[in-house]
Amino acid sequence: MQLIETLDIQAIRADFPILNQEINGRKLVYFDNAATTQKPTSVIETISHYYNFDNANIHRGIHTLAERATRDFEASREAIRDFLGASSIEEIIFTSGTTQGINLVASTFGRKFIKEGDEIIISGMEHHSNIVPWQMLCEEKGIKLKVIPVTDLGELDMEAYANMLSEKVKLVSVNHVSNSLGTINPVKNIIDLAHSFGAKVLIDGAQATSHLNVDVQALDADFYVFSAHKLYGPTGIGVLYGKKDILNAMPPYMGGGEMIKDVTFEKTTYNELPYKFEAGTPNIADVVALKTALEYIAFHGKENIAAHEDMLLKYATEQLSEIEGLKIIGQSKEKISVVSFVMDGIHHQDVGVLLDNQGVAIRTGHHCTQPLMQRFNILGTSRASFAVYNTLEEIDKLVVGLHKVKKMLL
Amino acid sequence: MTINESQDEIIEEFELFDDWADKYEYIIDLGKKLKGFPEEQKTEDNIIKGCQSRVWLNARKENESLVFDADSEAIIVKGLVNMLIRVLSGHLPQEIAKADLYFMEKIGMSQHLAQTRSNGLASMVKQMKNYAIAYSLKN
Repeated sequence: MQLIETLDIQAIRADFPILNQEINGRKLVYFDNAATTQKPTSVIETISHYYNFDNANIHRGIHTLAERATRDFEASREAIRDFLGASSIEEIIFTSGTTQGINLVASTFGRKFIKEGDEIIISGMEHHSNIVPWQMLCEEKGIKLKVIPVTDLGELDMEAYANMLSEKVKLVSVNHVSNSLGTINPVKNIIDLAHSFGAKVLIDGAQATSHLNVDVQALDADFYVFSAHKLYGPTGIGVLYGKKDILNAMPPYMGGGEMIKDVTFEKTTYNELPYKFEAGTPNIADVVALKTALEYIAFHGKENIAAHEDMLLKYATEQLSEIEGLKIIGQSKEKISVVSFVMDGIHHQDVGVLLDNQGVAIRTGHHCTQPLMQRFNILGTSRASFAVYNTLEEIDKLVVGLHKVKKMLL
Repeated sequence: MTINESQDEIIEEFELFDDWADKYEYIIDLGKKLKGFPEEQKTEDNIIKGCQSRVWLNARKENESLVFDADSEAIIVKGLVNMLIRVLSGHLPQEIAKADLYFMEKIGMSQHLAQTRSNGLASMVKQMKNYAIAYSLKN
């Protein structure tokens, strides 16, 4: 694996000041990256620099600071367009995160274009944020929600999916990568099949964008949503990509400043894309810093990062599989660096507490995917998820920690 | 023994431990020792849902005192539940309602009552107090 050697992981670790601390007397091992990644110094400094030197409200100001803030804000939009392979900046809408992106589509596209008797398809491995907005819409409008089943390996049953499709289906909304299992779903295939029946497709890319190359045009996705904080960027900012013609046909989401062209008490005309969907003063500093996060990823190369993470995944899978009584949930061949597991006779919460005492941060619980947990007949899992700054030695610490957990509990 | 005497006794016991693992092994042991909560009482009425693990709690009156039974899926929570029962169970509802539970912090376990843990333990303490308030009003 020659690619791995191109990354100096120790130098990368030095870019993340938060990693250099002790938790309960042990050097922090941060394995909760699927929940949120840590931020490099460059991202933190961009936010600080923005407030120290450039802060102003964007788009309407005539003074220098407003020009600078607007320039950097829009430069970030262009960087995201490039990152996603979108054809135009009009297709890049800033949101507060993946959840808001999905809710925006449900509230606008969903309300306008999906009617009683129509159907929406989601999958059995969705995060609650890609279940509940559709349930709310379905209840309101009398739409039927269908769910693609998940196989024992933790993959989507594509045959069942193909059989579910019909002219009644107006939207398919699935994740690119499962947050609980790490499974990479065949989204290109899912999109092509949906399109053959005239259905639009939303891809929840929250877990995908920091690991996989995403090209929305090659995928032919109608909507693609993600959050900045899962790819080394700040919290509170996310992106909704939508095809221009669809976004133009959609009604606005929230009313307010920025999203209007002219307002009188008789009638308001709406602004053009992308501003039509960006009511109110946005989270400017964090949008600007998202560009820095993308530059950080580009500097190291996504392929190199993915190769490093794949190596961590392979090693962790091998090492954890050797622990007696431990079972990995989600055994697809196509996975990002997420290992979800259960241990015989041990509750995941106890695993989490006892690992934390050894300085190892993992996530335990249902990961906001309760239906998926029910599918596997479990209450929850322990999940270790890796990022570019993690090392093999840290995985060894997890393994030692888990042996200690077993010794203490059994 | 008063509520505070029980708390002080627990604090004293924990002073013997100088290592996190010893401390948790003791709590795990307490968890294993907690009397079995009857399966038939694990009903929706008695459940306290946390994001991480479920806790079951039942309260009953014995003479003038309020007695608690509880259980959890997670053994560490169960150990902590054992201590909370040791401190609060068998006291007058009025005493339980106004009890100041300081021992969790003194033994370094206050993080388990924090919101982030979402383990139902904080809700359980609240529910114990609610039972106490309800029973003291009834009198």
